[in-house]
Amino acid sequence: MLILINRLIVWLFAPVLLLISNTSVHALEEAVERSSWNMPVGVTPISQDVYGLHMAMFWWCVGIGVVVFGVLFYSMIVHRKSNGAKASNFHDSLGLEITWTVLPFVILIIMAVPATSSLVKLYDTSESDVDIVVTGYQWYWGYEYLDEDVKIISRLNTPQEQIRNEAPKGANYLMEVDEPLVIPINKKVRFLVTSNDVIHAWWVPALAVKRDAIPGYINESWAKIDTPGIYRGVCAELCGAQHGFMPIVVKAVEQEEYVAYLAERKELAAITKELANKTFSLDELMLQGEQVYGQACVACHGANGEGGVGAAIAGSSIVNGDIAAHIDIIVNGSKNNALMGAYRDTMSEVDIASVITFQRNSFGNTTGDVVQPIDILKYKQDN
Amino acid sequence: MAHGPAKGFTRWLYTTNHKDIGTMYLWFSFAMFLLGGVFALVVRAELFEPGLQIVEPEFFNQMTTMHGLIMVFGAVMPAFVGLANWMIPMMVGAPDMALPRMNNWSFWILPFAFAMMVSTLFMEGGGPNFGWTFYAPLSTTYAPPSVTYFIFAVHILGISSIMGAINIIATILNMRAPGMTLMKMPLFVWTWLITAYLLIAVMPVLAGVVTMMLMDIHFGTSFFDAAGGGDPVLFQHIFWFFGHPEVYIMILPAFGIVSAIIPTFARKPLFGYSSMVYATASIAFLSFIVWAHHMFTVGLPLAGELFFMYATMLIAVPTGVKVFNWVTTMFRGSMTFETPMLYSIAFVILFTIGGFSGLMLAIAPADFQYHDTYFVVAHFHYVLVPGAIFSIVAAVYYWLPKWCGNMYNETMGKVQFWMAFIGLNVTFFPMHFVGLAGMQRRVPDYNQFFADFNMISTVGAFLFAAAQLMFLYNVIATIRGGKKATAEVWENPEGLEWTVASPAPYHTFTTPPPIK
Repeated sequence: MLILINRLIVWLFAPVLLLISNTSVHALEEAVERSSWNMPVGVTPISQDVYGLHMAMFWWCVGIGVVVFGVLFYSMIVHRKSNGAKASNFHDSLGLEITWTVLPFVILIIMAVPATSSLVKLYDTSESDVDIVVTGYQWYWGYEYLDEDVKIISRLNTPQEQIRNEAPKGANYLMEVDEPLVIPINKKVRFLVTSNDVIHAWWVPALAVKRDAIPGYINESWAKIDTPGIYRGVCAELCGAQHGFMPIVVKAVEQEEYVAYLAERKELAAITKELANKTFSLDELMLQGEQVYGQACVACHGANGEGGVGAAIAGSSIVNGDIAAHIDIIVNGSKNNALMGAYRDTMSEVDIASVITFQRNSFGNTTGDVVQPIDILKYKQDN
Repeated sequence: MAHGPAKGFTRWLYTTNHKDIGTMYLWFSFAMFLLGGVFALVVRAELFEPGLQIVEPEFFNQMTTMHGLIMVFGAVMPAFVGLANWMIPMMVGAPDMALPRMNNWSFWILPFAFAMMVSTLFMEGGGPNFGWTFYAPLSTTYAPPSVTYFIFAVHILGISSIMGAINIIATILNMRAPGMTLMKMPLFVWTWLITAYLLIAVMPVLAGVVTMMLMDIHFGTSFFDAAGGGDPVLFQHIFWFFGHPEVYIMILPAFGIVSAIIPTFARKPLFGYSSMVYATASIAFLSFIVWAHHMFTVGLPLAGELFFMYATMLIAVPTGVKVFNWVTTMFRGSMTFETPMLYSIAFVILFTIGGFSGLMLAIAPADFQYHDTYFVVAHFHYVLVPGAIFSIVAAVYYWLPKWCGNMYNETMGKVQFWMAFIGLNVTFFPMHFVGLAGMQRRVPDYNQFFADFNMISTVGAFLFAAAQLMFLYNVIATIRGGKKATAEVWENPEGLEWTVASPAPYHTFTTPPPIK
């Protein structure tokens, strides 16, 4: 609360401080920079450029505001009838009209010059060192390292209990994911942004990267991060019910760590592939299935399978009916409802098999069916 | 010809009188304003603190969507049409609107359009949940089934707006009293004339885009479906080709209102009348070539970004001219601060602040950070609430004594103004901060990082809402009684409307008045 009052005071007196002296302009700028209520300076050349533009525009506006509102308040105080002010009758002045048409025009040109050069830099996505395809899904992100054969799916991992106010909220509430996007520092990383369903927007403020993820389009952007760290962002374009629940976490690391990360991911992918041929016990599948359900299904189908945006799992005719139909709706998505997307490419065979097994034996469903990863693999090949 | 109005409900159902129709438009828009306001309060209540408390995300999206649609199409636009109906014939010395029966029809289809739109909230799958900008494919392939009703409602209110615009143009161009040349018309008439042309130009575009949605949803076309060879970005181009002129449709008549009120209470003629007319026309022209500044992040080519950035920045020039003219009108005047004047001065200051953030948003590289954040929400609420809403409230206080013959309660008016003014700033100013700090639009939940300012915004929103109920009370009390108003109402105001008695007789200017 104290910080808040402090902030309000600084803002309230911003124009006054500006008038007093040049040094206070500087002091004020620092206060603005430190606080969490202004645009971040960021960690890329573009984000620093954009921050500079933003502050320059802000001070231009403050300056013009001081002049215009100054005249306005002067008139309101001095030229009021209760002060005995007599109205004059002037109502035209060609000179004034021309001045206040031409002068703003000149100021606009001064503003446009740095904006143009920043924009040209922002658009230069050539000669990148790392290329990453970013795909928006309802409601999570997929990242694919081009030429590396590494694909990851990145989902919100804030527990439902925190969202429902049943548990205290963590520091990174709604800004945390299970798999962050790992990229190297001091390399030009190019993002190729697209979507699998509706329009999303991939936004990381510290990188000043915001690109709409549009089905059928590939939009390009880039970042060259100068400081290792974790940078958090969000989906910025309304994309349906869970729009506020698909954050982005970028982890910027040294080159060696990045190389090690890629190697580890490749190994993991190989293991996952192998596991698709393994046979699991019901208990193993149930345990894994519960976890998968908690990440991928719970937002729409409810913590107890009671349904919500999506259909109820408890007592569902698909879940309690033919196994092939159940596999089909998860692998290929629903034909009647676009909101139930296809998980063919975004979920491993083990995860699909375990979540199906879990659904068929939970929330009052008692089919006793066990679905193995190999069943999913076969189904994918045939359908 | 000295017939009074008919009695009972048929007076309102069958009326072709511009004053009756104007009154109905104004009451209808106020009802919609309260409904849209309730939706906004649901949104603000949910955002009072982090976590999901009151509504589910799905319903939250319906609330933001309906708030936007109701406020734009149900509150602001009909209110301006209501003011036009009441004032334009009296301002140009005409006995009525040029097309009185069409006038009746263009009002009476509105309640049906909005009944249909609001009824979708009770349908299976819920109402529109894709934002008031209804971007495809979220509003087509992924939309709730009720979207078809939404499309039909948009068609009806589009027809209503086009008919209203035709009527206003026909009235202004054909029904002026002899001697009322175009450059003698009050600015409210001028701004509405230009607004009406904007409406005729862009409402068919809106009808076109919703029809394309309808075809995509029901008749197997793929205008906006990438999988079928269509283009989701095409939707945005068409929508914003309508949408940008639309935002000026909601502000140009406000310019006219303020240009009438400020000279009255500064007791000094409006500074730069002709430059005001030219500035309005320039803004209207520019509104057609800036639409893609709403789409800086969709991946336009660099040349396109630069063009739309420069064109958008240019809007600051004619808008600046207007602000300078208003300020200079007050300079060396003899000012008093009755409620309409307070609202008009607040309009000039707060609309200018909205203009500043608009100029910042025009800078394309910076817009990559601002786009779709609360900074944008703050910006357009600063131009629409103190812009459109404050000017409408100012107009009601200014002309109400003329309409009903009684003076409103000045003290209550001033208290009401200060409540609205404080409520508005407490609600929307903090939104600049959370937006810059990284909070995106249209989310029901957020990190604790943004909690302080969201809580302040919510408190402000409820204060603003209370001010509107007080406004309603003041208006009803004034209609029911109060000090009798003179024909002039104010001290030597300019305009033909002040030459007729208060309340204005049912029929005015059946013979054209002499024009100086």
